[in-house]
Amino acid sequence: MMTNPVRKITQGQFSFLPELTDAEIALQIQYGLDRGYAWSIEYTDDPHPRNTFWEMFGMPMFDLKDAAGVLAEVNSCRQTFPQHYIRLVAFDATRGIESIGMSFIVNRPAKEPGFGLIRQELHGRTMRYTVHSYASGRPEGERGGN
Amino acid sequence: MGTPLYSIPGPGAPTPESPAGAGQAAASGAAAARVPGAGEAHTVGEVLAQSQAAQVLDELDRELVGLAPIKARIRDIAALLVIDKLRANLGIQAQAPSLHMSFTGNPGTGKTTVALRMAQILHRLGYVRRGHLVAVTRDDLVGQYIGHTAPKTREVLKRAMGGVLFIDEAYYLYRPENERDYGQEAIEILLQVMENQRDDLVVILAGYKDRMETFFRSNPGLSSRIAHHLDFPDYAPADLLSIADKLLTQQNYRFAPGARATFAEYLAHRIRQPHFANARSVRNALDRARLRQASRLFAEVERRFTAEDLTTIESADIRASRVFQAAAASPQP
Ligand SMILES: Nc1ncnc2c1ncn2[C@@H]1O[C@H](COP(=O)(O)OP(=O)(O)O)[C@@H](O)[C@H]1O
Ligand SMILES: [Mg+2]
Repeated sequence: MMTNPVRKITQGQFSFLPELTDAEIALQIQYGLDRGYAWSIEYTDDPHPRNTFWEMFGMPMFDLKDAAGVLAEVNSCRQTFPQHYIRLVAFDATRGIESIGMSFIVNRPAKEPGFGLIRQELHGRTMRYTVHSYASGRPEGERGGN
Repeated sequence: MGTPLYSIPGPGAPTPESPAGAGQAAASGAAAARVPGAGEAHTVGEVLAQSQAAQVLDELDRELVGLAPIKARIRDIAALLVIDKLRANLGIQAQAPSLHMSFTGNPGTGKTTVALRMAQILHRLGYVRRGHLVAVTRDDLVGQYIGHTAPKTREVLKRAMGGVLFIDEAYYLYRPENERDYGQEAIEILLQVMENQRDDLVVILAGYKDRMETFFRSNPGLSSRIAHHLDFPDYAPADLLSIADKLLTQQNYRFAPGARATFAEYLAHRIRQPHFANARSVRNALDRARLRQASRLFAEVERRFTAEDLTTIESADIRASRVFQAAAASPQP
């Protein structure tokens, strides 16, 4: 965001760290698998923080034992959507949790234009603020990179 | 984004080669997380001790009856892998060995059972990362309509990553009589993974010997990627009897005096009848004998049974089988 020192979208885990390498991603995937999580892959070109529903890339992956299968799928998604945000999401099906256990970004567009803050002046001195993603100002399919 | 500020734990993990996003070699990173042990070994004994593969080999010898040629082949393969490890530890370069195999033989000759052990051995020696076995048939790989097969096959491959993919009756994947059969698509995906992701999984194709040979002749690409062909012989009657002993002991049963001889007689008849499936027929026959034993005891409502009563299979429990009646009805020529 505007004041974000790393100048990239920070959502999910590890987003203030340098980009994870594939080897590191594999270790995270394996950690999730070892805890019984089901991984799935999602992508979007609208990184607005309130856009929680990204598109699914294939089905969630159940019954996997090894990270290689998930990583192969990540790479296939990267090939299809090189200029989109792609994230890995781990679903924890444990009773009483049944929710996302891990989530982190594994691919981003070459350029991340970030967000603008829009101020709307209302009656009196009331002010309304809204965050506008520069990327979504352009039509779908033209948002990532150049 | 500069160099990472942290490092990957794990044995001899290399420095990360490629930044995220550039990942072309799928899972080259995951492959780095090799099984520990066998790292600094310099003798065969050290590799075997550190990897505990010898234990599985011994179990295989002890728990599986007969199968001498198979056991010898598995020892050979294990020897190759151990020596490979030693070479690697001395820095001698070699391509990762191809480990895809074909197991041929009649039903019930122990193909699935041995495949499970094989997965364990490969895991202990560090050639597959998890050591599980995913057993599938054509239906698990091949879809019903256009675009259905690829995701289905990939799904199975993903589940098998890190372990062994066992494809039973693999020749059903290839149906030459229908040139639009989707099986071909599954074979092609399989081939790609067998070639490019050798570190990630080992494929074992299983089935009848003759059909498998035809299958390989018409799919040379597949055949050339199979490094080891193991042919499972039918069991000798004596082996089948030992298998029966083992199966009974495992479940805390035993033959009454004379019952073992009756079972031998039973086997002699059964082998000549259709659909004989080696060890599996033994297992099924014993299951039915247990059923009859239970019915026999069930009838004695008032009796207090001893442990011996409850664990003994009587000669009569076997003699009541239909196999004897069929044999009596059609005496051998
Ligand atoms: N050598 C053996 N010793 C003991 N049990 C055996 C042996 N071979 C096969 N069995 C038993 O016979 C059954 C069938 O074996 P399986 O491996 O499924 O045969 P296949 O896959 O060749 O049809 C299994 O229950 C297995 O435990
Ligand atoms: Mg079988």
